[in-house]
Amino acid sequence: MDDARTRMDEPNPLSATVDRHGSPYLAHHFDDLEQQFESARLGTWAFLATEVMFFGGMFLAYTVYRGAYPEAFAEASHHLDWRLGALNTIVLLTSSLTMALAVWAGQTGRRRPLIIFLAITMLLGLVFLGVKSVEYTEKYLEGHMPLLGLPFAWEGEHAGQAALFFDLYFVMTGFHALHMIIGIGIIAVLIGLAWRGRFNAHYFTPIEMTGLYWHFVDIVWVFLYPLLYLIGGIALGE
Amino acid sequence: MAAITAPVSARKHYLNIDYSWRSWLLTVDHKRIAILYLLSITLFFFVGGFFATLLRLELVTPQGDVVQAETYNKLFTMHGVTMIFFFLIPSIPAVLGNFLLPLMIGARDLAFPRLNLLSWYLFMLGALSAVAAMAAGGVDTGWTFYPPYSTRSSNSQVVLTGLGAFIAGFSSILTGLNFIVTIHTMRAPGLTWFRLPLFVWAHYATSLIMLLGTPVIAITIALAGIERLLRIGIFDPALGGDPVLFQHLFWFYSHPAVYIMILPGMGVISEIIPCFARRRIFGYRFIAFSSFAIAIIGFLAWGHHLFVSGQSVYASMTFSAITYLVAIPSAIKTFNWTATLYKGSIAYRTPLWYALWFIGLFVIGGLTGLFVAALPVDVHVHDTYFVVAHFHYIMVGGQVMAYLAALHFWWPKFSGRMYPEGLAKFAAFTIFIGFNLTFFPQFILGYLGMPRRYYTYAPEFQVLNVLSTAGASILAFGFILPMVYFVWSLRYGRKADPNPWEATGLEWQTSSPPTTHNFEQTPVVTHGPYAYSPQEPHDYLPQGVARV
Amino acid sequence: MGPYEQRIPREQSSHHDPMVHHIIPVRTYLLVFGVLFVLFILTVVVAFFDLGLLNFVVAISIAAAKAVLIILYFMHVRYSSRMTWVFAGAAFVWLALMLGMTMADYISRSWLPIYR
Repeated sequence: MDDARTRMDEPNPLSATVDRHGSPYLAHHFDDLEQQFESARLGTWAFLATEVMFFGGMFLAYTVYRGAYPEAFAEASHHLDWRLGALNTIVLLTSSLTMALAVWAGQTGRRRPLIIFLAITMLLGLVFLGVKSVEYTEKYLEGHMPLLGLPFAWEGEHAGQAALFFDLYFVMTGFHALHMIIGIGIIAVLIGLAWRGRFNAHYFTPIEMTGLYWHFVDIVWVFLYPLLYLIGGIALGE
Repeated sequence: MAAITAPVSARKHYLNIDYSWRSWLLTVDHKRIAILYLLSITLFFFVGGFFATLLRLELVTPQGDVVQAETYNKLFTMHGVTMIFFFLIPSIPAVLGNFLLPLMIGARDLAFPRLNLLSWYLFMLGALSAVAAMAAGGVDTGWTFYPPYSTRSSNSQVVLTGLGAFIAGFSSILTGLNFIVTIHTMRAPGLTWFRLPLFVWAHYATSLIMLLGTPVIAITIALAGIERLLRIGIFDPALGGDPVLFQHLFWFYSHPAVYIMILPGMGVISEIIPCFARRRIFGYRFIAFSSFAIAIIGFLAWGHHLFVSGQSVYASMTFSAITYLVAIPSAIKTFNWTATLYKGSIAYRTPLWYALWFIGLFVIGGLTGLFVAALPVDVHVHDTYFVVAHFHYIMVGGQVMAYLAALHFWWPKFSGRMYPEGLAKFAAFTIFIGFNLTFFPQFILGYLGMPRRYYTYAPEFQVLNVLSTAGASILAFGFILPMVYFVWSLRYGRKADPNPWEATGLEWQTSSPPTTHNFEQTPVVTHGPYAYSPQEPHDYLPQGVARV
Repeated sequence: MGPYEQRIPREQSSHHDPMVHHIIPVRTYLLVFGVLFVLFILTVVVAFFDLGLLNFVVAISIAAAKAVLIILYFMHVRYSSRMTWVFAGAAFVWLALMLGMTMADYISRSWLPIYR
């Protein structure tokens, strides 16, 4: 910790003052920074618990219908490009690593690495969305987008059930993408704040909390990828 | 504590510190946010009550005189949506919980004050959306939004109303999150878990449901809305979907949600009974844990709403058995309150009357809940007025009574003024009589087979319906009274002492009304709550002492 | 507010917990990432083989393992207060309850002969 402190980009605002109320980072209703930090952490986890249940509703719908229509789901799943999904999985896992490193940089008060890691995370998030939009466009062109009464081009047997799979695909990845967009927005704000030197080894709560959120969104994708892209295995020669 | 002895008018407190609009609309003071909630939900209570009045008027005669079928469908839907999402769910948590939780645990504010303000804005935004839906023609699906009717057939404002409930849900989530974190990290020195007032325990259990249940209704409504807007088929049987899945998801939240609506009320009763019986509460730990038991078991009972929906019989039997289990912690509470009253030196003040109404009416509501938890009886009374009466005995007989009890009990703390006792007692009795006259006949109507949600009925049901409407008129009059005398008391009421009821809670150890920062000094807690007994000096021992 | 020395702990977990500010070394992050990557490769490789129902079980197990790694290390739960463990775990328990009890309905629907 002492080692880290010497590397900080700005002087420690706490070292100068013995009075804990002198900290500019302490909100008026808390007693000390530890209490404030633990509140933020518990609050974020409580929020993530609600997110688990939010996505849980969709996973329940998925489980029910996959259980009811296993063949149609496997067949429809083969029409998703598992390579693009795999690419996005790599992108997101890497972004989780860079986010974790950003938090580490925040904890140890390294401003430049913090900004760099946040920027890479954001960039990877944008890459993910880019790949996602390529996939969506492909689905639209193939006629596999059963929304808004668009024609659903399906050669197989279970057109209605396959349409249900694509409905779930768009809803689940759509809400996931929405969370990504929100995350990217928050990271953009953090980069701005870090640029202005708002964070140091004693105050990095927003970075750590955003990190928790980002990793959660990554976890959702970790489940979405095999459940949507890999049902019934990958058909060779496709 | 020189500040307390100074005249109220001269002292600066949270109400008179700043009068500007800005200071109210951008406040992060939990007490001011509570007042914002109080004003908004009072408005929605009367909006919802207005719809109920029209419903009861229509049901005076068997024919459709006042409104026809379409309007009637919209009226009961909007009554349900308004009362549930915009009154009952926020009622005690958002108003009293917001105001009292930090005071009761000796904190200066909730853990996330700005989030708290955001909750209120989300609530208002949701309400605005629902009101816009009403203005644009209303919604007729029933407050349950069951597909495929809601997603395909209905021509009313389903999406806008659903959006309102969706946004208000996030307000509820954030409130619950704030409460849980606050209870964990903001307790005053010495305030261990088993020294917490039972009001706080009840709010913790409530917040759990808000956190873990509300997101499910959010995604459910979102899916139904998306299905309607984008014409996809997740719940539509014509497109391979399963409408029963919607009911599972919907009731996964909405059954526990009735515990969001009743648990805080139970917390209120646990505060009021010992104070007016001047006795230590009986079975403190049992009451505390029973709140959790209700919250957790209540989460596993949702399937009893699906007994006639084509759910598997085996699942129905399981859900039925779990539903019975909820009766155990509920009964534990009731017995403990009664045992607290036993041999107490009871002061029959208005809050206690409401608390007594709560116990009695909740018992009736709870026991009839066991009727409908039984599979064969439920098949008989499903979607009849029996269910309507059962539900209203819990929600109005339980929660609204507790809400009124709480408003009277803590009014001195809110406003620094006393309400007029004589008029308040008159209102309490009027409400009790009006309530029972309104809803008891509905048990009989339902058992005889009158279905709910119809604007007409067979002529033989008329006598009971007229009785019910007469009761509703008395009830409406009773509900208007408190609003009038509370407002009156703001100017003409007797000035309140810091602790007019000689109660033990920390909230009574600060001035009435409190200052913006609640306490001059953070109190130190040395013993548990409810230390009422003739042995104590002044017959009670306050929970906290100001540090010297 | 009283003097700081007199403050009695508000909550065990928030009181001078040395783990509140635990810093995980970069090495650990890289190692965890490596394991995650291997698990990912495994997911894809397994998908090339037709194992029937086992495909689903393996895919979900690997995903769960990845999630646990991310939660424990990237999200620091391993080094957090007990309360954080409870908060993180509660959500998944609740999700399991919702999935389990709903699926209990769907699975047992066909058990009664009249529904066949």
